[in-house]
Amino acid sequence: MNKDILLCGVGGQGTVLASKLIASSAMECGNTVHSAETIGMAQRGGSVTSHVRIGENAFSPLIPMGKADMILAFEPAEAVRNLCYLKKGGVVIVNSVPVKPVTESLHDTGYDGTEMIAYLRKKVDELVVINADEICKSLGSAKIFNVAILGAAVGTGRLGIDAETVLKEIETKVPKKFTEINKRAFFAGKQIGESYAVK
Amino acid sequence: MKKEYIMGNSAIALGAVSAGISLAAGYPGTPSSEIIETIEKYNNGNIHLEWSVNEKAALEVAAAASYAGARSLVTMKQVGLNVAADPLMSLAYVGVKGGMVIVVADDPGPISSQTEQDTRMFAEFCRIPVFDPSSPEEAFEMIKEAFDFSEKYKTPVLFRPTTRICHAYASVEFDESFSPKPYEGFVKDSKRWVIFPKLSFANHAMIEKRNPEIGNDFSEYSRNTACGKGKKAVFTSGISYAYVKEYLKDRDDVTVCRIATPYPFPEKLVLSALDGVEEVLCIEELSPYIETQIQRVAGIHKLGVSIFGKTTWHIAAAGENSSDSAAKALKAFLGDSAEETGIDLSDIPPLPVRPPVLCAGCPHRASFYAVKQAMKGRKAFFCGDIGCYTLGNAMPLDMVDTCLCMGAGVTMAQGLYHMEKDAVSFAFIGDSTFFASGMTGVVNAVYNEADMILCVLDNSTTAMTGHQPHPGTGKNMMGSFVEKISIPDILKGMGVKRIETVNPFELAKAVDTVKSCAEEKGVKAIIFAAPCIALYKPEKKMCINDNCINCKKCIKEVGCPATVIVNGRVSIDASLCTGCGLCAQVCPVNAIGGEGDE
Repeated sequence: MNKDILLCGVGGQGTVLASKLIASSAMECGNTVHSAETIGMAQRGGSVTSHVRIGENAFSPLIPMGKADMILAFEPAEAVRNLCYLKKGGVVIVNSVPVKPVTESLHDTGYDGTEMIAYLRKKVDELVVINADEICKSLGSAKIFNVAILGAAVGTGRLGIDAETVLKEIETKVPKKFTEINKRAFFAGKQIGESYAVK
Repeated sequence: MKKEYIMGNSAIALGAVSAGISLAAGYPGTPSSEIIETIEKYNNGNIHLEWSVNEKAALEVAAAASYAGARSLVTMKQVGLNVAADPLMSLAYVGVKGGMVIVVADDPGPISSQTEQDTRMFAEFCRIPVFDPSSPEEAFEMIKEAFDFSEKYKTPVLFRPTTRICHAYASVEFDESFSPKPYEGFVKDSKRWVIFPKLSFANHAMIEKRNPEIGNDFSEYSRNTACGKGKKAVFTSGISYAYVKEYLKDRDDVTVCRIATPYPFPEKLVLSALDGVEEVLCIEELSPYIETQIQRVAGIHKLGVSIFGKTTWHIAAAGENSSDSAAKALKAFLGDSAEETGIDLSDIPPLPVRPPVLCAGCPHRASFYAVKQAMKGRKAFFCGDIGCYTLGNAMPLDMVDTCLCMGAGVTMAQGLYHMEKDAVSFAFIGDSTFFASGMTGVVNAVYNEADMILCVLDNSTTAMTGHQPHPGTGKNMMGSFVEKISIPDILKGMGVKRIETVNPFELAKAVDTVKSCAEEKGVKAIIFAAPCIALYKPEKKMCINDNCINCKKCIKEVGCPATVIVNGRVSIDASLCTGCGLCAQVCPVNAIGGEGDE
């Protein structure tokens, strides 16, 4: 299997755990995996990305533009910022809830993410939109969206990794007291992903 | 054997541990910091491990270990090598006994550094070998080989990964039973270990004779490779080799020569790779090092070959390469037709910019704000330094007038004072930076009679690089609790007469302290002491009550990420707020209180 998956968001949203779960699940299935993360100054409120490259055909740790099979975007503008990486026919799963930059409070440009979602709808055929606030509220935790979006990716059937493997990795990688809620988040996301896959 | 999915820096660490190091020392700096941290994780107590006070100290500690015959490792980022340049230049002449590898992580972009300097150039300047890995897997193997070369030629060697290698992840298989390579111990020999002009002259001659021999050795080294055929050749190194492979895959209608040891240059290998070649493209980052070496070789051997790269503007002079930039250059060089696989984004809407900012609740924000308030209406200079607090330059704080290099704020504040005595000169420095390179600057100020206010932003950690301990934290990398070295005591010992310690979150008191220090002559120091918010997260949250007149003073003056505008009203993002209460002290109408407060 050769798959390139790009995760993007804003520092602190939990993209790193999601990328680690994808990488370790793919390895469990016997694949070679490479990945790369944003580390350093940009982590403090800046745009962050994780590139996960599954398969023997990957040499660069970063996905070349126009080659990603899937983008998991934790923030609408970050999805658009990284859309150059998506290949034609690729899947985008995006959170519709925006993260406003600090500069936005100083100079209000009215950024609320809606223009970004509209642009994605225009450009991406295979688009899954998830409202992170709703899903977090229903599960009673603000910190589970990263696993929910991963569930959605599995649910679409386009990630090439089965739910059982990911669940096993959640059990080993997530601290014990949070495993249950993360599993529930995974299933909630998976359901959303599946409903799109049927379409 | 154990297989783990690890970061490039961890691969470098495990490679060095497998090579049998007895000592490792470094100073934190992105993208190199995780090497020492990984060794800590795997150290069974047989390796002496330390975060040294700075890179110069790290290199000297390790050099002595190698004099004793032990294998030693030093780690730093590229600008750290400038600090360690003094011992390294001399050590290159003296040489070592036990293998010594100095890992210097370069940062093309630069992504989190002051310069785009190229450590390969430094290797040539020092006349010592340098290794340039292309992947985390290779870095793991290559560092072991670097130790062997170091011992074979009795010279320290440089090992130069770049950010994309340091922070890339891959699976590495390693043997968990590490043990340091046995060593003889220090054997006194002043003709060998004491550098004098006579020794320098003799060893300089020896080194210039030796290095071409190392170059020949490197021509046989399995990681320097040339494959493919044809009239065109691509020369590359490091991560750029991965980008070239990403584009060419298994194509063999072009020669690809990959240089893993840029200095001493593997000239024999390069000459054979150039046989029958008419055009060369060099794809590398930072300086056009390989390119100028090929120009040199082509000149000496009168080769009729055209050489393209950075010097001909076919490759960008600054910034990092990418799969895409390499593919574009290769397409043009090879005359390949373009293939579009992505989506047309010519109508992309404007995107919000996300500059990095101080965290919500960061004590540095409060310290900067206190000084800003105290100096309102007065002429003042704010000399910044290297660390999280460089972010104090962002609006609305705008409190960093200069930033040059580690420790420079302390001394630059003095230069500005000597030129403009009507201004109040401030230097802001973090606790770790103070120990690394701030102390001598303070002595300079006292001795040369500068009037200045030293603001030590003491958050009890090295925050920017990932919270490493330092001499003021009371912990070291051998797991010991040690006596904390007190910054006020150091300042007192250096002759600073007025030393104040304040909590930056007690705004009124902090402002008064700054004002009162500004009225005094000489060197004054204020320690703004409050722990890093990323390490110490209080549960309290602030909230806004009905008194709020929506004046937005909290947003316009403080700029905390947790104060936001929702539906036109100032509000507090509870997921970010740490309850530091700075905004409450700024609010003119007492509209912000702690959770449950009225």
